[in-house]
Amino acid sequence: MFDYNFHWRPVLRTLPDLLEASLVTLQVAALAMIIGIVVAIGLALIRLHMRGPLRWIATAWVELARNTPALFQLFFFGFGLGAFGLHLSPYAIILMGLTFNCAGYLAENFRGGFQAIPETQIRAARSLGMNGWQAYSRVVIPQVLRIVYHPITNQMVWAVLISSLGMLVGFRELSGETQFFASRTYRVFEYFAVTAVIYYVIVKIILGASRLLAMRLFRY
Amino acid sequence: MEDTISFFSSLTINDIWFLGEAAARTLLISALSISIGTLLGAVFGWLLYEGKMVATLTLAPILDVFRSVPLIIQLVLFYNMAPIMGLNLDPFGSGVVILTIYTSALVANVARGGLEAVGQPMRRAARSLGMSYWQDLVHVVLPIGGRAVFPSWIGVALGVMKDSALVSVLGYIELLKASQILITRTQQPFLVLALAGAFYFALSYPISRYAMKLEQRWGQ
Repeated sequence: MFDYNFHWRPVLRTLPDLLEASLVTLQVAALAMIIGIVVAIGLALIRLHMRGPLRWIATAWVELARNTPALFQLFFFGFGLGAFGLHLSPYAIILMGLTFNCAGYLAENFRGGFQAIPETQIRAARSLGMNGWQAYSRVVIPQVLRIVYHPITNQMVWAVLISSLGMLVGFRELSGETQFFASRTYRVFEYFAVTAVIYYVIVKIILGASRLLAMRLFRY
Repeated sequence: MEDTISFFSSLTINDIWFLGEAAARTLLISALSISIGTLLGAVFGWLLYEGKMVATLTLAPILDVFRSVPLIIQLVLFYNMAPIMGLNLDPFGSGVVILTIYTSALVANVARGGLEAVGQPMRRAARSLGMSYWQDLVHVVLPIGGRAVFPSWIGVALGVMKDSALVSVLGYIELLKASQILITRTQQPFLVLALAGAFYFALSYPISRYAMKLEQRWGQ
């Protein structure tokens, strides 16, 4: 049918390498999400409760992360910081870029979540003798995490998809590894087809795991 | 005459013009894919809503693939697949095709949400007033459902505009690619990237703010 000979053997031979690289993808995405969630909570609280320079920084962070391409953000951490003599490794570029991006998007979700918790709950917690930290960590944040559970899942999927840009800054995660093998064997189509399938499976696994976790977490 | 030849030259007014042209190309490819993709996506959304069983079994999984595989993989894959299928597409053509399908996959969900946002009683009322199915769809569902999902459509459109930066991997010289070319020559990564980022931001920020305002006003 096609005037093209498909060669799947080189792909199959390097499949273990690709799968290993997909673990790198998952790892960097998960790490960026964990740091991103912590930062996002901070950004959301600053934007809700503070005035002055800190608030401007938080607002600038959120708006920049949301209104510029993720690739631009990666280039910025990659080349832009180079202007100041700061040369990061590809791993650091991806991790910082992803964290910056995820934190910006999640901050808006968290802001909505915090606004959904009535102020009276904090006062009730305080009058029970809890200090501010306890009130937040034991009363408010558990509820907020429940509200933003689905946005976090979506963001995790996005983090995996965005981490594929690692290929453009020389990071050997799943896409970078694919690019590497594809240019070594000239089997571009075959390699990227298999990688597309792997990404699809990863995304489905994340969504499935999130659903299972939700059933377990939100029983009550 | 100078004694030494410098490989690098500083930023000139011509370079700004070069960036401007590239920005116009970014706008062109995004406008083209967003407009065609939205039309296709609206049709897909309607099929998903009306087709029930058949559409959920055929169309939904296909659209799901385009949402679960990184855009950059889709682009490289399609660019390398087109010649196999006998198509002769330049980077711009491949970029438009993939961005259009990607947009339509995202818009399909939005459109289905819009259709579901219009209550059954209202549609029955429209039909019992003697409107035909299409009249009901155009004069009742479109204004009400369209309004409900307009902000999320803007979100999708802005996302595609930002994601169009990825077409640079195929060699299409849009804004981000142009800024990379300039960085290589001028060795001023920070300045050039800031210019490119400012363009994206200037385009995306006002529109997303406007969408947020609309959402708040219509939410009341």
